[in-house]
Amino acid sequence: MGTILQLAIIFACLAVGEAVVMLTGIKFPSSIIGMLLLCTLLKLGVVKYEKIKGVANTLISNMGFFFIPPGIAIMLYFDIIKAQFFPIITAAFISTIIVIVVTGWVYQLSNRKKNG
Amino acid sequence: MDNPIVWLAITFAFYYVAGLLRKRTGWVVLNPILITIIVIICLLKLSDVTYDTYQEGGKYIEFWLKPAIVALGVPLYKHLNSIKEHFIPIFLSQLAGSLVGIVSVAAIADVLGATNEVIISLAPKSVTTPIAIEISSTLGGIPSLTAAVVVPVGILGAVLGYKTMELARLKDDISKGLSMGTASHAVGTAASMEINPIHGAYATLGLILNGILTSLFAPFVLRIMGYL
Repeated sequence: MGTILQLAIIFACLAVGEAVVMLTGIKFPSSIIGMLLLCTLLKLGVVKYEKIKGVANTLISNMGFFFIPPGIAIMLYFDIIKAQFFPIITAAFISTIIVIVVTGWVYQLSNRKKNG
Repeated sequence: MDNPIVWLAITFAFYYVAGLLRKRTGWVVLNPILITIIVIICLLKLSDVTYDTYQEGGKYIEFWLKPAIVALGVPLYKHLNSIKEHFIPIFLSQLAGSLVGIVSVAAIADVLGATNEVIISLAPKSVTTPIAIEISSTLGGIPSLTAAVVVPVGILGAVLGYKTMELARLKDDISKGLSMGTASHAVGTAASMEINPIHGAYATLGLILNGILTSLFAPFVLRIMGYL
């Protein structure tokens, strides 16, 4: 029964997220609202870390698998990709390198300032 | 071959085999997600099966994306103390990483002639796929294009990330982990986990925080830049 209860908690958080998005009409992923809610419930002690970590770890460690179907949907968009192959690849490549460098530098500089 | 259950079985089997292959060879390029997607697309094309037929079974796998994102609330809770301790530098670096990620990819794609629909699809490219797909679809992008870009971005970070950080003289363990998770989500996180568990923990944090910040900022940034 443990697994069922843990899944019930996770789906309840997701359901609240869906309800918030539906009622307010905000453009925000319902799953992120659910994630923040779950974190809050853990912090408040309503949900126990030791009990939920099993199912949570299973879901997280298999996250990549769950997105194979949406990934396969790319076969419907080969035309767009072929037409704009160069901008897509170049922008993604350069931007990734920039993000790595900027994130790391900002952390190191602001951390040094705090300590120094 | 029109039976969706057959395709479900094929999906599970190839993902497992691809995972084994990577473990055996240790090659980061052999990403199980990427390999499985390529193999299944080839099989579908060869056997003349449509995506809609595949998706009759595939939707049951995709269904678990959202609960998996909710589950990230658990590691987020685990890191709360450490976030509090290094709050300002972590927050500033995530803020910068998220904004620079959206602005740079959009600006470069725009200059090179991409359409608005493609630019919107590229904007969340550094964020973990389930979140990126949601951002892309809520903003009117092409979720599958987003998914197709996110995986290579992750692999790129996993392969070149540590070399880049060495050239950029990043030395701090926390900053290395955060950078990998912020730029290259789950794939980058897995790569840093193998090098150092502390890097891995902060990569997870970067992956979660950048997911949240990019969901929040992408609509505003894209609107200011005139793509929405």
